Amino acid sequence: MHIPDGFLDTKTWLSTAALGAMALGYSVSKTKQELNDRQIPQLGVMAAFIFAAQMVNFPVAGGTSGHLLGAALATILLGPWSASLVLTTVLIIQCLVFQDGGLTALGANVLNMAIIGTFVTQLAYRTLKGLSHSKWMDAVACFVASWLSVMVAAGAAAVELALSNRIPLDVGLPAMLGVHAFIGIGEGVITTAVVLTVLKVGFHPRWLRKGLAIDE
Amino acid sequence: MSKKIWFGLAISLLVAALLSPFASPLPDGLERVAEDHSFLQIAEGQEVISSPIPDYLIPGLQNEMLATALAGVVGVLTTYVGLTLLLKLLVKQGKTST
Repeated sequence: MHIPDGFLDTKTWLSTAALGAMALGYSVSKTKQELNDRQIPQLGVMAAFIFAAQMVNFPVAGGTSGHLLGAALATILLGPWSASLVLTTVLIIQCLVFQDGGLTALGANVLNMAIIGTFVTQLAYRTLKGLSHSKWMDAVACFVASWLSVMVAAGAAAVELALSNRIPLDVGLPAMLGVHAFIGIGEGVITTAVVLTVLKVGFHPRWLRKGLAIDE
Repeated sequence: MSKKIWFGLAISLLVAALLSPFASPLPDGLERVAEDHSFLQIAEGQEVISSPIPDYLIPGLQNEMLATALAGVVGVLTTYVGLTLLLKLLVKQGKTST
């Protein structure tokens, strides 16, 4: 759901850029507090993996494709602050190097995917994990949080398109949510599979146990 | 760097090099909505900057699968190195407490 240049009007891209930058600034200061230099390569690998996975579009219903967004994956494994930074790095490289997502829409794309996507995941994942500590709930929480992260990010994009007078909200919102309901299932399946695999091979971020930032 | 980091990078490179050439060419969710509601064309020619590797294809290569795979490898390495360098600037060296 990378918004290209031209979709958003000036007031919308300027205000989403300002909002995205403010939220990101806060994430950077939180990350600086909780991150130590041994953890830097973990964030690098997460960003590299999300970049790679985003290239692999999978077909969904009705002649449409989707790809992993990765906000949920990064949030579950790294915590929301680091995840925002990881996602933003991927979005900046996609925009500057690969012409995926416009430069004027970068703030909106960061806001939707790197900020809103990560915080929806955090909220949903922690709420569900709070209900039960069973292994089964691990998988359910991963899947539901991933699906929701895609849906809410898609909803935010619909709001930005409506503010830009591209498509009215009562048409754009159901359209975006309708197609992303299917893409979100792919997101949920991939995220759950990767998280469970990563935990199985012995990477146990402390964040997963205590709700803190990663620390092996 | 620990074994897990090398392993993670290797997986990312394999996904980018071997799976991305088989990615679905169908429009994604936002493109589909823009197409169905006829506003996709307003993005045409609106790019503010021109990127060195547009559309995940290394320019000048005839073989599209190879161009995609190489673009993926470049992207994975750029992303890893880019974020690592950025964080090295942000996080103080030798900081071990959380």
